[in-house]
Amino acid sequence: MDQAKGQRLILTAPDIVLLTLLLVTTIALARLRNLVAVIMLLGLYSLLMAVLWVSFDAVDVAFTEAAVGAGVTTILMLAAVALIGREEKPHRHNPLGPLLIVVATGAALIYATAEMPRFGDPDAPAQQHVAPRYIEDGPRETGVPNMVTAVLASYRGYDTLGEITVIFTAGIAVMLLIGARRRKREGDQ
Amino acid sequence: MSEHLVLRVVAKLLIPFILLFALYVQTHGDFGPGGGFQAGVIFASAFFLYGLIFGVENARRVVPPVVVRGLVALGVLIFGGTGVAAMLMDGNYLEYAVFAEDPAAGNHIGIWLVELGVGVTVSAAMIAIFLSFTGRQG
Repeated sequence: MDQAKGQRLILTAPDIVLLTLLLVTTIALARLRNLVAVIMLLGLYSLLMAVLWVSFDAVDVAFTEAAVGAGVTTILMLAAVALIGREEKPHRHNPLGPLLIVVATGAALIYATAEMPRFGDPDAPAQQHVAPRYIEDGPRETGVPNMVTAVLASYRGYDTLGEITVIFTAGIAVMLLIGARRRKREGDQ
Repeated sequence: MSEHLVLRVVAKLLIPFILLFALYVQTHGDFGPGGGFQAGVIFASAFFLYGLIFGVENARRVVPPVVVRGLVALGVLIFGGTGVAAMLMDGNYLEYAVFAEDPAAGNHIGIWLVELGVGVTVSAAMIAIFLSFTGRQG
C-alpha cells in the first residue's frame, strides 16, 4: 500500500472514462440486431480495451488487442457476415430465465472480487510467486530486455508452443470445413 | 477498373509500410513491445487490405492457398524443430542455452527462432481463414 514508491493502486480519471465507454459499448452491443453494426462496436470495444491496457502499462497486451481484436477479427467477422447475412434472427424465447442466470452469475463474480487483492497491490500472490525472479534474472539469463518476450518464448516456451498449435489447428479446421467446399464446387463445374 | 481510385492508391502506398512494420515488430520483439504473434497478425492485415481493395482473386494469385497451407505447418515445425535442435545439442527440449557458448546468447537465438515460428504460423493461419471465408462466395 506504499504509494510513495509510485505504484498505482487506484484508477485515474481517464481509466474511469474508458471503463464507462466500455460499459456503454457493451450495452449497445447487447441491444443491436444489425450484425455489421455489432462487428463495428466489437472493434471499438477492442480499441477501448487496448487503450486501457496501455494505461495499465501492459503494452504488449495492448498491442495484441489492437492488432487482433480491433484489426484482424473485425475483417474476419465481416467476411463471415457476408456469408450468413446482416440481420440477427428475432428471438422467440422468454428472456426471464437467461436474465436470472446472468444476474446470479454477475452477483457471484462481483462478490468474489471483494476477496481479490487490490489493483496493482505489490503484496498480491501474483506479484510474489515467480514474477520477482523473472524481473531480476530474466534480462541476464535470456539476453532479452523485453520481459514479456522472455517469459513467453523462453520461460513459458511450452505454453507458447501449445498456443501456436491451437492457431495451427484453427487454421486447418477452417480450411477443412469451409475452404474444401469451394474446391469441390469448382470440380463440379 | 477506375473504381475506388483513392482507396487503390492509398492501399498501394500503405501496404509496403505495413509489411515493413510487421517485420520490424517480428525482429524487435526482444527489445520493444510485440513479437511473433503481433507481427504475424500485422503481416496478415496487409494482405487483408490487398484482398479487400484489389479483389480476392488477385489476392489468391499473390499468395496461393497451397503456399499458405504449407506456411501454417512450417511455423509450428520451426518452433518444434528449435526444441529438437536443442535436444540434438545435448540439451532438454526447448532449452535454448545450448545454442551458444554463453547461455544468454543461446537463449537469444532460441527466442528469435521460436518467435519466427510463431509469426509464420499466425500470419499464415489468419490468411488461410480469410481466404476460406471469402472464397465461398466466388
